[in-house]
Amino acid sequence: MNIGIEPNLTAAEEPAPLTPRQIMRRRARKHRSLMIGAGIILVLAFIALFAPLLAPHDPFVQSLGKRMLPPVWVQGGNWDYLLGTDQNGRDYLSRLIYGAQVSMVIGIGAATIGLLIGVTLGVLAGYFGGWVDHAVSFLLTAQLALPGLLLAMALVFIIGPSVWVVIGIIGVLHWTYYLVVTRSATQRIRQLDFVAAASASGATSRQIIWHEILPNLISQIIVIFTFELGIAILAEASLSFLGVGIQPPTPSWGLMIAEGKAMMFYRPWLVILPGICLFVLVIGANLMGDGLRDITAPEGRN
Amino acid sequence: MAPLLEIRNLSVSLELPNARLHAVRGATVSLDRGQTLGIVGESGSGKSMTALALMRLLPRGAEVNLDRLAFDSQDLTAVPDAVFAREILGRRMAMIFQEPMTSLNPVYTIGRQLTEASVRQGVLSAKVAHQRAIALLDRTGIPDPAGRMSQYPHQLSGGQRQRVMIAMALMMEPELLIADEPTTALDVTVQAQILELLAGLQCEMGMAMILISHDLAVVSEHTDRVAVMYGGEMIEEGRAAEVMAAAKHPYTQALLKAIPRMDGPPVKLAAIPGTVPSTTSIPKACIFASRCDFVRDVCRSGRPPVQGSDEHWRRCILGETELATQRQASPVAAMVRKAVEASTAPVIEARDIVQVFQSRRGLFGPKKEIRAVDGVNLTLKRGETLALVGESGSGKSTLARVMLGLSLPTSGSVLMRGKTLGGMSPRERAALVQPVFQDPYSSLNPRRTLAEIIVRPLELRGDGNSQTRLARVREVMDMVRLPQRLIHNYPAQLSGGQRQRVAIARALVTSPEALVCDEPTSALDVSVQAQILNLLTDLQANLGLSCLVITHDMGVVHQIANRVAVMLKGKLVEEGSTDAVLNHSSHEYTRTLLAAAPRFRAEETRLEFSGHE
Amino acid sequence: MLRYILLRGVLALAVAFTVSLAAFLLLNVATDPARAIAGEDATPEVVQTIRVRYGLDQPMPVRYAQWLGGVVQGDFGESYYWHKPVAELVAERAGVTIALALAAMAVTILIAIPLGVLAALNPNSWIDRTALGVAVSAQAVPNFWLGLIMIILFSVTFPIFPVSGDATWMHFVLPAFVLGATSVPAVMRLTRTGLIEVMGADYIRTARSKGYSGASLLWRHALRNALLPVISVLAVQLGQKFGGSVITESIFALNGLGRLALESILGADIPTVQMLIFVFAIVFVVMNLLADILNAALDPRIRIG
Repeated sequence: MNIGIEPNLTAAEEPAPLTPRQIMRRRARKHRSLMIGAGIILVLAFIALFAPLLAPHDPFVQSLGKRMLPPVWVQGGNWDYLLGTDQNGRDYLSRLIYGAQVSMVIGIGAATIGLLIGVTLGVLAGYFGGWVDHAVSFLLTAQLALPGLLLAMALVFIIGPSVWVVIGIIGVLHWTYYLVVTRSATQRIRQLDFVAAASASGATSRQIIWHEILPNLISQIIVIFTFELGIAILAEASLSFLGVGIQPPTPSWGLMIAEGKAMMFYRPWLVILPGICLFVLVIGANLMGDGLRDITAPEGRN
Repeated sequence: MAPLLEIRNLSVSLELPNARLHAVRGATVSLDRGQTLGIVGESGSGKSMTALALMRLLPRGAEVNLDRLAFDSQDLTAVPDAVFAREILGRRMAMIFQEPMTSLNPVYTIGRQLTEASVRQGVLSAKVAHQRAIALLDRTGIPDPAGRMSQYPHQLSGGQRQRVMIAMALMMEPELLIADEPTTALDVTVQAQILELLAGLQCEMGMAMILISHDLAVVSEHTDRVAVMYGGEMIEEGRAAEVMAAAKHPYTQALLKAIPRMDGPPVKLAAIPGTVPSTTSIPKACIFASRCDFVRDVCRSGRPPVQGSDEHWRRCILGETELATQRQASPVAAMVRKAVEASTAPVIEARDIVQVFQSRRGLFGPKKEIRAVDGVNLTLKRGETLALVGESGSGKSTLARVMLGLSLPTSGSVLMRGKTLGGMSPRERAALVQPVFQDPYSSLNPRRTLAEIIVRPLELRGDGNSQTRLARVREVMDMVRLPQRLIHNYPAQLSGGQRQRVAIARALVTSPEALVCDEPTSALDVSVQAQILNLLTDLQANLGLSCLVITHDMGVVHQIANRVAVMLKGKLVEEGSTDAVLNHSSHEYTRTLLAAAPRFRAEETRLEFSGHE
Repeated sequence: MLRYILLRGVLALAVAFTVSLAAFLLLNVATDPARAIAGEDATPEVVQTIRVRYGLDQPMPVRYAQWLGGVVQGDFGESYYWHKPVAELVAERAGVTIALALAAMAVTILIAIPLGVLAALNPNSWIDRTALGVAVSAQAVPNFWLGLIMIILFSVTFPIFPVSGDATWMHFVLPAFVLGATSVPAVMRLTRTGLIEVMGADYIRTARSKGYSGASLLWRHALRNALLPVISVLAVQLGQKFGGSVITESIFALNGLGRLALESILGADIPTVQMLIFVFAIVFVVMNLLADILNAALDPRIRIG
């Protein structure tokens, strides 16, 4: 039973416990799936950032003589085109590398737009309550009732597809998760005594929101951002797959799957490879989100 | 005769994210049929864990070790969980818990919850169980017991739910009832009724009872024997009356002196310095050594021996004679409660305050009106401590918020130094009055360091530059006796008592004239409560502060107040000097409150009670 | 109780109205439908002709009022693309989508709830980790890609199910699985966290102190409380299944509303798109209303205020 640790009993001698940030860092290092998720995101972000340096070929150059070469491990494969070529003879690996750029930009852009809308509405509704809250809740119900994908498809089609339109529309349609979480968190924090203490010291609503409430929401907002990153990436891929998102010849993973669909029974890698890329990127975001939620959650009661 | 229950050397350890907590170590308990054992201790002392271990209700990941566990001479360690659940739990041992509001299943009727276990186990037929449930509800004092059977928990008040819990525990006439803080969540007057009810039922049914409480007074009043726990260990056990009258462990002695008592003039409380040590490793020394006034070198190097007889033992190295001299040596300083003259200038005046809340269910639900405060006049005078007393729902906290200027009353006005609150800017108001709240865990922003928290009111006022502000922060930290080394720590790194000091420091940093303290000590352990009460008394004397203290605890009133105001259902029913109100109350409700407040009746009552077996 | 349902109903109506207005504004203000119908290369004269032909030259409020007036009478206008009443089009195609959505819901419930319960009862065990793995993967798989992989696997490599069409129930197995899989993570996680929370509640400790344990504790005390919030989420998910049918139906060539939606969008058939958005929103609102009523029936705290 003797563990061999000196009993630290005197309060004065006891070393000060760790700061919240130290505890979080310590928990993060021990959290395996968080580390894996963060690793995936970092690697893919790196690939997206340095795509021009990493891609072996120009992703847009067509070569009719080299159409639909298989990947190197399939018979007929070629070391010059590691993952083969597509129906227009473009290097598939290079297109996949550039596809990471599209996914990352759209994911981050759309998740940021959603964050700004959702957090603003959530904090206002949670803090002011009353009719503001009723109005925001109504807006939330209406937004949830709208068929998001259908609306996004229609809007992209009518406005005209471009990267910025896709980012804007996905962002504007994906704020509900931020709203729900920040609203209830704000409602809870607002009731806490440190908010009353601040207002007894003469702080205005704006000062209370910025100084007392938002700092307590940051970790939750980061968690949702990570999840929304994955959701936005999948939304872009779906739109592009259906032909109402990113337009050719821009390399988007969703679009590449659509282009490969016609030949999927004979050249399955055309469909499988971009799907795996999407899966890995989104699973990275989700693992990171799950992990961040774990390490920032308050310690469980016993 | 063999005891009904015998536990020897019980140890419980729990899995924490980063460590193992040795919550109970070597607890030994023995209980005869029909007897009542009290287990007393502050939070984290392991008292509830002991009971939960006995009932096999410990959380997942808990580990239990013991030498012997016998119930009615049957060795329980050999009984598998399923058999234990089927044959012992509910039938022979039952338990009631601290939180009546959440201890009943919200989606099932009272009737179903009362009867299901006995019917399922085949102890009673459905019809008999139904009748018995109604009879027990009636016995526990619930009006219209038959009608209650088809109601749901949310339709009952907290006190009624606790009565239902008691009735439920008694359905199968258990031989042992464990009550874990059964009244802590309830108002004082209800508390007294529930304890009387438990005592009466125990007598009628002849069952044994374990009463677990943090409240020495409650336990001393209602038990035959008392075991005192500290830091996971039982450090003293004996007959209740004897432990109260002649405690033999320095911790028990100190604890008794830390409780504000209602008899005689108020004396300076003997606060126990420091806080309870965490028990993430198994201690090799006396666990109380770091806080003990009589500590010796041996206490820090080895485990203390158990001394005394089976009738009254303690885990301490001090001998009988040393103890006696130590007990007398510690001085008791009487405090003078100075009277406040009627002519003293008022700091805050509340005039005809009415506060009406309108609640609605949903967006279009029916409106309900609650008159939380109903025409109250109250004046806080310069330099006095005014206690505002009442039970939950009496409107005392609402009134406090109004007097702080945090909420606008529906009608009536608040004057601060003769100026109406409406004509003051929030900053002017903040310079005059500052709050201290009940829950030290929610009153500090967890994302800010101590320095940031305490300096914030100065920043909001725009006082001085960063250097003068920091100097002021250090000054008030000294004032509230917070070590300077904590200045860059986060609230999570502090104990409850330290956090409450931070809250007081923040309130004092702008040198206000008045503090409004809403139950400033009721979330704290007794030993820490004494520290904070002493601090408030000292601050008030040194700084000439005026304090409005909201409390439900008559002991606290007696300890610190010059004047008392009593609230009932939104109205002020009595107001006067502390001596007058406590000793010659004019209102019936105040007398009920006073009668319900637990007191130490160490010598007289309990001795005759324990002689009856 | 009746009052509660009535209030919920009024709220649902208000939401449906708002959604129809939003859809109308987004589709008609943000863009010029006449230009979309005419195509990119049309001359201004052609666009103008189309505008007059479809009444698009009228002021916006008048058009919305006309549309809403029609809706109240069950007239959703005429499709620009198919040249027949939209309501007729939708009625023809609705059966396939309803069947698909219900089958998908069954898949979700059968996978997610047992998995969530098992995971909650054994936290941090291999079951829990597997369930979490399933959730995380299902969340990350692009839905349309999963559909294609399923076709490659179960229609080509192992020809068990037909590739496309909606003739028999066999045609619905793969689409239902693919569409159902999207809801598994949300429902599974909610079941799991809900049950873990309930198992830690004070009233479960009370039940255990009365001698309940194992299956009887779960059935008689925990499950009802834990599944109350799941009902609402199932309703939301079922509502979204209709909107989500766009992808599944286009991959598996099911001739339902989702495919109609895609075709109308690509054909710039605004009346049809508008009606579909409205219909999907109504389905969502009605599902939520039903969930609210069911919740009230099961939870006395709502039923008896």
